[in-house]
Amino acid sequence: MSTSAQRPYRVLVSKIGLDGHDRGSRIVAAYLRDAGMEVIYTAPWQEVQALVRMASDEDVDLIGISSLATDHLLLPKLLEALRAADLGDLPVVVGGIVPDEDEQALIEAGVRRVFHPGSSRDEIVSTVAALAAEARIQRKTESF
Amino acid sequence: MRRQPSQLPLPGFDQARAEWRRAYGEQLPEERPIFNRSGIEIAPLYTPEHFSDERYMDALGFPGHGPMTRGIYPSMHRGRAWSQRQLIGLGVPEDYNRRLKRILASGGTAVSLIPCNSVYRGLDADQVDPLLLGTCGAVVNTVDDMDACFADVAVDELSTAMNDPLPFTLLALLLAVSDRRGIPWTKLTGTSNQSDYISHFVANHMFFRIALPGSRRILIDHIEFTNRHVPGWNPVSVVGQHMQQAGATPAEAMAFTLCTAVQYAEDCIARGMDPDTFLPRFTFFFDISISFFEEIAKFRAGRRIWARIVRQRFGARNPRAARFKFHAQTSGVDLTRQQPYNNIARVTAQAMAGIFGGLQSLHTDAYDEVLSVPTEHAARIAVCTQNILREEAQLGDVIDPLGGSYYLEHLTNETEALIESLIAKVDDAGGMYRAVETGLVQTMIGESAMRFQARVDNGEQTVVGVNKYRLEEDSDARASLKRPSPEKIEAQLESLRQYKKGRDSAAVQRALETLTRVADSENENVYAALVEATIAGATHGEVVAVLRREMGDGEPLIVP
Repeated sequence: MSTSAQRPYRVLVSKIGLDGHDRGSRIVAAYLRDAGMEVIYTAPWQEVQALVRMASDEDVDLIGISSLATDHLLLPKLLEALRAADLGDLPVVVGGIVPDEDEQALIEAGVRRVFHPGSSRDEIVSTVAALAAEARIQRKTESF
Repeated sequence: MRRQPSQLPLPGFDQARAEWRRAYGEQLPEERPIFNRSGIEIAPLYTPEHFSDERYMDALGFPGHGPMTRGIYPSMHRGRAWSQRQLIGLGVPEDYNRRLKRILASGGTAVSLIPCNSVYRGLDADQVDPLLLGTCGAVVNTVDDMDACFADVAVDELSTAMNDPLPFTLLALLLAVSDRRGIPWTKLTGTSNQSDYISHFVANHMFFRIALPGSRRILIDHIEFTNRHVPGWNPVSVVGQHMQQAGATPAEAMAFTLCTAVQYAEDCIARGMDPDTFLPRFTFFFDISISFFEEIAKFRAGRRIWARIVRQRFGARNPRAARFKFHAQTSGVDLTRQQPYNNIARVTAQAMAGIFGGLQSLHTDAYDEVLSVPTEHAARIAVCTQNILREEAQLGDVIDPLGGSYYLEHLTNETEALIESLIAKVDDAGGMYRAVETGLVQTMIGESAMRFQARVDNGEQTVVGVNKYRLEEDSDARASLKRPSPEKIEAQLESLRQYKKGRDSAAVQRALETLTRVADSENENVYAALVEATIAGATHGEVVAVLRREMGDGEPLIVP
């Protein structure tokens, strides 16, 4: 395994759209940091394009989006913008208030995982680590 | 537990206490101490050694009088039940109007208006992604929109609470509607909810902000303006709810709210305003968590401290100034997605704590708020919960019914001391404005949020259905509310286009120029200029854009 594979995982934790409730995203950021990951934490209200640039500049392994007040509806646009920027392999997960009937649509659009309220620390950390690891392997394979 | 002799004139007290302690210790030899959410240790039993009647007049007195502990009005809920103020707002103005009329038909007189998140961000409908329009509140940008919200409704016969963060464009639109209908502003009553800009900087939530110094000025301009021209309006609702939802303990939320109110009062005094005039129009808004006795103690302690502050710090003599009027909302953070019907039980307990705490107005959360924007079915259960507590359980029959409980009085005193120590900390940091500018308050709240979450994670704090009593198959129904259709949103956007075409653009232009000039000036009332611009036809997004440009955007004060 190369040294780059042993670098801690880098995760972008953010909020897009119009809402700013950030208790959940702060707690998740702390969970991931405590688990040894590098977290790039942004102010809420990010624009989709700004987030894509940040993901690319910061060379992150995963994007976590927190949503409370329907901003998750913008996620398909984020995934589309990532694909357009050649970052289609970057896993995107979402946590927060996501109604059941929206969850299926988000998964179909390419969101890798929806964390609902009450998700445990272990579940979040292990899922993020597994998805980030998978993304790294994929990117390495592609670069050969 | 206390060790010293009780010194109470109760024959046999000391001996009986010693015997009870021995027996208690036999049953529970190794007991772990119990703390409430604010960190106060909770004893297994409270007796007259914790609170005795000799202190009655100093600590409790009578409702509407003296220390105010027992309530702010002489007759409290017996004279006038608390207002049932459910938050409503979704879709376009016509949707709001339909739901409003249903609430009024069922006897409601206190209503709320929750605008769309795009409004909170200071934007008109044509400035945001249409996907998000009307998904969390009503799209209200123009005087036509506001007129449609209140179509066939007498705005002067209602008490209207509007979620109308600074710079208070919704009130400006309501004033413009009143002009249109020939209703004098002096007949309007209601509250500018979300007027507390400091709380928006503390807990990010959804509100857009104008940079702190500009926000500070606009709020005081707004208070001055409404005191003079809309005297029945409460221009300030100081909010502890955001802070507690963001993770503050109940005691912290109360302390920081009182500090914020002190800051606003000092700013008004610095402007030359009279505390006896502006303080009676101050209102408060709190969260009610499920920590039952702790919440009751929080409200009683807060009421007592505020009465003292008003008299001692500000020298107010008007008895109405010492009234700690508050609205409260049951805590959304306590609700669970797992087994969502359990939330009805949680909301009931929270509401009871608020009622026993002596609130003036109550919003009970719908059980499905953790799943989506509430459905009408769930919202109705939330309203009925209040009806049941008031008219079947008869919780309003006796004023401060838990007053005199050894436990509650002791807890009220301990909570009061804790709140006072937190207030002193903020005072030492130079007051609330400064403490938020430097991030002191945000850091404390962030730490409390993490501490609480750690207790949930390690199982010390039970959350039914989440870390205990879980079900393999969770089959509770999870309906969620229909969002407005794309056609409806397109029609709303079209009405905005038509509105802009139909108005006197030269007059709007002139009014916006005046607003720009006033925003740059030092001593003219910027809110008066904003109201003028709105009456001239400017939209919400247009006036906000001017103020953002002239006064600066409020950057989130994020603690890393």
